[in-house]
Amino acid sequence: MKLRYTGSKPEADITQLFSPTMEELFELDEKVVYLDADLMGSLKTQELWKKHPDRVFNCGIQEANMVGVAAGLFLAGYKPYIHSFSPFATRRVFDQVFLSVGYAKKSVHLIGSDAGIMATDNGGTHMCFEDLALMRSIPGACVVDVSDAAMFMYLLKSTKDREGVTYFRTPRRNAPDIYEKDETFEVGKGKVLTEGEDLTIIASGVMTATALAAQRLLAEEGISARVVDPITVKPLDEALVLRCAEETGVIVTAENHNVIGGLGGAVAELVSENCPVPVLRVGIRDQYGQVGTEAFLREQYGLNPEDIVKKAHLALEKKKK
Amino acid sequence: MNERDERLELERFALRIRIGIVEAIAAKGGGHIGGTLDLAEFLSVLYLRFLRVRPEEPDWAGRDYLVCSKGHSGPALYSALALQGFFPYELLRTLNRGGTTLPGHCDRTKVPGIDATTGSLGQGLSIACGLAMGTRLSHTDQKVFCILGDGELGEGQNWEAAAFAAHHGLESLTAVLDWNKMQIDGSNDEVLRLGDPVEKFKAFGWDAELVDGKDVLAIRDAVSRAYRRKGRPGLIVLDTVKGGNIPCIQELPNNHCIGVPAQLADRAMEFLRSEAKRLGVEVAE
Repeated sequence: MKLRYTGSKPEADITQLFSPTMEELFELDEKVVYLDADLMGSLKTQELWKKHPDRVFNCGIQEANMVGVAAGLFLAGYKPYIHSFSPFATRRVFDQVFLSVGYAKKSVHLIGSDAGIMATDNGGTHMCFEDLALMRSIPGACVVDVSDAAMFMYLLKSTKDREGVTYFRTPRRNAPDIYEKDETFEVGKGKVLTEGEDLTIIASGVMTATALAAQRLLAEEGISARVVDPITVKPLDEALVLRCAEETGVIVTAENHNVIGGLGGAVAELVSENCPVPVLRVGIRDQYGQVGTEAFLREQYGLNPEDIVKKAHLALEKKKK
Repeated sequence: MNERDERLELERFALRIRIGIVEAIAAKGGGHIGGTLDLAEFLSVLYLRFLRVRPEEPDWAGRDYLVCSKGHSGPALYSALALQGFFPYELLRTLNRGGTTLPGHCDRTKVPGIDATTGSLGQGLSIACGLAMGTRLSHTDQKVFCILGDGELGEGQNWEAAAFAAHHGLESLTAVLDWNKMQIDGSNDEVLRLGDPVEKFKAFGWDAELVDGKDVLAIRDAVSRAYRRKGRPGLIVLDTVKGGNIPCIQELPNNHCIGVPAQLADRAMEFLRSEAKRLGVEVAE
């Protein structure tokens, strides 16, 4: 497929595109409302709040209540989108999301920004390596690890009427453009970004661009890597993952998340039951977060293209055996 | 209707709610009986006199909402709903059995007339805030009631919601506190002191008043004021006794969630039948 990826900074950051997209949603559907918990500055929605005081609510620093208010707004006929940093949008309010929304068969869109290492200077307290695991465990939830702005903006709109819990974990800035602006996306439909025969790299979120960089390094060595973006970690595109397992015989996963319970876990669970081939996981090895720049944290947790390359070599050795 | 007849009618319905609760919980052999019985008078007033709902159309979009945040009091609402014709009364006997459509904790997905799924304490007031916000956005005059437990106020989310409701002046929202002063492991004073709930909510910017939870006319007047209140959310604190005035249940040292063997159920029903005779209510033997 045609990609926009060059590895350089994005044309526009997610913070620049988010408010206009919400505004489009407001125009598209009068029932869409937006709630935040005193982090409007971080997604640059203050202007949106001023402009649409009847559609945008700043709940203050009370995420649990925000989830409940969203649940109540759904009951009154509205379609709430709510935002906080990823640990506060998921870990802190897991019971509220699970029961007041999921179990009670309500529909709410959750946006958790600055997931994993993207929390950088905010450090370990704000560094969520477990949100994919938490949200995956909610029956019927849709879990999106946002790879670039085009994908995020498209899915924000296309999932508007989706039932149940829909969770987006997203970077706010510095996520390289991967997809063309007119690309379309579907829940449960992964994308093959580069064709390849020797192995498959399944990468999500900010690791998708990293996987593309790794693919180029591998190509220089004569290794042909297929790169896949699952688009939604849940529902996982099972047919695509199994086809990759069958055709390339080995899989490397890459995620900005604990290797337990996230993308790697999901792929390994599926593959081991249906087409057992080696699945090697690049991600956080059951550790907590810490302060640092993105580059420092990638170094600390082994999230650079070279780490994927190393894992690919290991994977190919296992494949030979 | 004169006040005497009004009181009689509301007390009769409260008694029938109580009988339904005991029959349902006794059929299961036990359950959350203490904090369920004490809501009978309030529910009688609310369903008979105020709540705009349609038993034949439980999801009617123009209805007033009732969120029971203390989800374990589900059987009290179920009894009232069954008596109002939302579903067959016989269903009460399936309470909390495997495969039932009447789980012990309130479930909006299974029970016609239940507006919110609750059970993990502390979440209902936020949902009620969202409903109140929604009715405001939709420019309707719908009211939202939310039943809270006193032990439940230990959950911090209630106080988040209290601040939110006051900040947004959610006038359609009325919280109703079942102030029976008891929680699972003992009294509020022993486990976690609540203090004066009226003063606490007033300090958050709410209207708040204390009402005798057994006095149907006092409850009626408080709810009537709630329907007229402007500019801010309101709290009605029901001064109640856990066990809901059935002596053999009320006198138990811990009646929160208990086994109700046939002998205890018989004693409770014997008392309720004597009450029925006093109030002129017909009860099947």
